[in-house]
Amino acid sequence: MEELSQFDRELLNILQENLPVSPQPFKDVAETLGTSEESVLGALQRLKREGYIRRIGAFFDSEKLGYVGSLIALKVEPQKLDEVANAINKYAGVTHNYEREGKYNLWFTLNSPNESFEKKTIEEIRSLDGVTELLNLKATKKYKVNVAFNL
Amino acid sequence: MDEADKRVIRALQEDFPLVAEPYKELAKVADMTEAEFLRRVLKLKETGAIRKMGAVLKHRNVGFTSNVLCAWEISEDKADEVAKSMSEERQVSHCYIRKVAPGWDYNLYTMIHGKSREDCENTARRLQEANGVTKPPAMLFTVKEWKKTGMKYFLE
Repeated sequence: MEELSQFDRELLNILQENLPVSPQPFKDVAETLGTSEESVLGALQRLKREGYIRRIGAFFDSEKLGYVGSLIALKVEPQKLDEVANAINKYAGVTHNYEREGKYNLWFTLNSPNESFEKKTIEEIRSLDGVTELLNLKATKKYKVNVAFNL
Repeated sequence: MDEADKRVIRALQEDFPLVAEPYKELAKVADMTEAEFLRRVLKLKETGAIRKMGAVLKHRNVGFTSNVLCAWEISEDKADEVAKSMSEERQVSHCYIRKVAPGWDYNLYTMIHGKSREDCENTARRLQEANGVTKPPAMLFTVKEWKKTGMKYFLE
């Protein structure tokens, strides 16, 4: 992987904050950077190919779309962990699933189209072989959701 | 939100075209004019349904190789103030107040990113001191990433 150039850094810093909603968004970004639309597009294609960019585009607030979300912590018997983690990964509403240090060793986020769907999913997961405890840690207030790094 | 908005959302969930006129292509997918598509995207942004138009980087590849989910126990009367203050920190990407559970009294969660484990620990210590928090947070470092993906909405 190549090192990021000064230009790459400036471009990514801008795009992490805002991608314009306009007929030629990359031309707008190019103007801010004092360069051409072609160089912005070329750089972004390269940065994506090289694995610096996870995703470009729209990021949604799932609750505003009518979905319900939660963070679930599990205590799983260590010898069953792989099996349980793989079973949880199969749910489309599970977007993040991490093995973590501490008393609860598996943590995942769950998005569901409604409360009863969520409840059903949680009960299924609670009954998986190897799961000894489950905490449903619903958010009551979100203060920040923004993954942006100053490069 | 109507059916046309859902078509816009479905189109936006696909790969964003890295071309001169990306919204024109997405509008075709959503079966509407570019002007209509742009108008709806702006409206969804305004209502907060779209919380961000932009890029998210692979943090490990841009030098932020370590991250930790910190769970804090903050008294109810102080939680709002502390959450606001911790949200100001650049290294904090997520900050939520959550319900507690039996035997688990942590109510505030921050995701901290850093260039090393030590870097994350220093940030957590700094946040603890700056906010006058007595109990150190539970530092839930990642052992393994089993899944990390974007949510796909309205596919049913």
